[in-house]
Amino acid sequence: METYSLLREFADSWMLLALFTFFVGMVLWVLFRPGSSKTYRDVANIPFRHEDKPAPARDAKEA
Amino acid sequence: MGNYIKLIVLGVITVLALIAANYARDVAYMVNALTVALVAAGVFLWTLRRTGEPVPAGDLSGEYMDGPVRAGVILTAFWGVVGFLVGVTIAFQLAFPQLNFEWAQGYANFGRLRPLHTSAVIFAFGGTALITTSFYVVQRTSAARLWGGNLAWFVFWGYQLVIVLAATGYLLGATQSKEYAEPEWYVDWWLTIVWVMYLLVFVGTIMKRKEPHIYVANWFFLSFIITVAMLHVVNNLAIPVSIFGSKSVQVFSGVQDAMTQWWYGHNAVGFFLTAGFLGMMYYFVPKQAERPVFSYKLSIIHFWALIFIYIWAGPHHLHYTALPDWASTLGMVFSVVLWMPSWGGMINGLMTLSGAWDKLRTDPIIRMMVISVGFYGMSTFEGPMMSIRAVNSLSHYTDWTIGHVHSGALGWNGMITFGALYFLVPKLWNKERLYSLRLVSWHFWLATIGIILYAAAMWVTGIMEGLMWREVDANGFLVNSFADTVAAKFPMYVVRGTGGILYLLGAIIMAYNLWMTVKRSPAVEATNHLVPAE
Repeated sequence: METYSLLREFADSWMLLALFTFFVGMVLWVLFRPGSSKTYRDVANIPFRHEDKPAPARDAKEA
Repeated sequence: MGNYIKLIVLGVITVLALIAANYARDVAYMVNALTVALVAAGVFLWTLRRTGEPVPAGDLSGEYMDGPVRAGVILTAFWGVVGFLVGVTIAFQLAFPQLNFEWAQGYANFGRLRPLHTSAVIFAFGGTALITTSFYVVQRTSAARLWGGNLAWFVFWGYQLVIVLAATGYLLGATQSKEYAEPEWYVDWWLTIVWVMYLLVFVGTIMKRKEPHIYVANWFFLSFIITVAMLHVVNNLAIPVSIFGSKSVQVFSGVQDAMTQWWYGHNAVGFFLTAGFLGMMYYFVPKQAERPVFSYKLSIIHFWALIFIYIWAGPHHLHYTALPDWASTLGMVFSVVLWMPSWGGMINGLMTLSGAWDKLRTDPIIRMMVISVGFYGMSTFEGPMMSIRAVNSLSHYTDWTIGHVHSGALGWNGMITFGALYFLVPKLWNKERLYSLRLVSWHFWLATIGIILYAAAMWVTGIMEGLMWREVDANGFLVNSFADTVAAKFPMYVVRGTGGILYLLGAIIMAYNLWMTVKRSPAVEATNHLVPAE
């Protein structure tokens, strides 16, 4: 089989399936993972934490 | 020791560039080689004066690296004004062809200035804004100083060199005739080096982040950097005719070349002008509104949906060409699907203001950001519509396309960048507030009215010329010649140019306001800087 047909067949089948699965998996992961709402509520506030200077060298957790 | 190696390298580059200028086959190449020699020699002297001097020791990991960000803010405003000025010039050159002066033929006629305008606004204004804001945002959201020390400065000035080489090259006729990818081979190579370093600085900073989570703005910036690297390398595969000349020959030919070009061209819109600027939106809108983004879940879905779908939309630029129908249909379908993630992002940006809509009345900066997101929504509705083959048969080759591009570029990219600059300048120069909010309001209205004049004129003239081109009489003959459409477009061209003047005026007011903020605004009280180090 020539390279084009081979790649085209692969792209139309397994690659499509893999990408689609990844995408759907991502949506499910984001929306329905237990605890995701709490995590995202927390990380949405990242822009408000270290405006003026970096976090101290050790211990990333803020009070 | 490091300085000696630098001096050797810079000296060799200077000599090689001078040799190249001596053997140059064309003027553009010679001028570019001389520019490189000049820059390398300048940096050589600068390095020489610092060699052997004591280096101020000190741990800087407790501070953000804002030097390149400050320089970037200044140059973003500068390139903005320059790019808009060239835009206004060519708009009036189209309306009044006499402005293509005889003495400037071959240097400053429309054909030479047009790529100068597009590159100046997209890559000089937009690109500098992206590098600047990404350096600012990645540090704040990672709670870490930029990785790589002075590498960030190299990225910054290296990119400015790309702009200067490209701009002078265009005026002197060096172009590979690919839209938005006009720079010739040696500029492409240099940009590749600079861009890889940019990726290293950005990823390096993310790697040493103190926040466990990578904030969504950084995902957008990262996808912008990686995808632009890929697009740039593939679309610029070219063999130079001579090592001493600016001319190169593309590796692809025919429809493959066209498809590669528009895969590049559309994703330059998608990842440079959309993903990168969405990175700005996801940081600066929440900051200015002082509340977190409306839905963080939506922002993640927005990100993945956008990058999964955008990459396929390019073929809609090639309807009714030698490109196979299935490919242009694919591009069209993905363009229509793209509407959804785009509007998801728009809703996310706008709804961030929910509960704080009163700020629209009191804060002209948030007004600027909101109208920018509004224009993002409008142009991401117009784009999918125009990609539909039947609509495209009317709109293609007409000024409707130019109107569409400008509602996105002036409205979305321009306004969000202005908003970011207004946000950044008081922070970076430690000022309490901007010099004048009234001037921000003036800028807002001048820019908004300018865009409306521009877009409305281009809709009218675009649809008009599309209809005139396809008009046939009872015997099936075309009714209008091309020159008829050009004559009919004159009033709209004048309106478009007027809109451009308003937009340019707004940008000049902004530059003045930012300058006065640095010079005159009261400094922030120093109390919170006296907290002892931990």
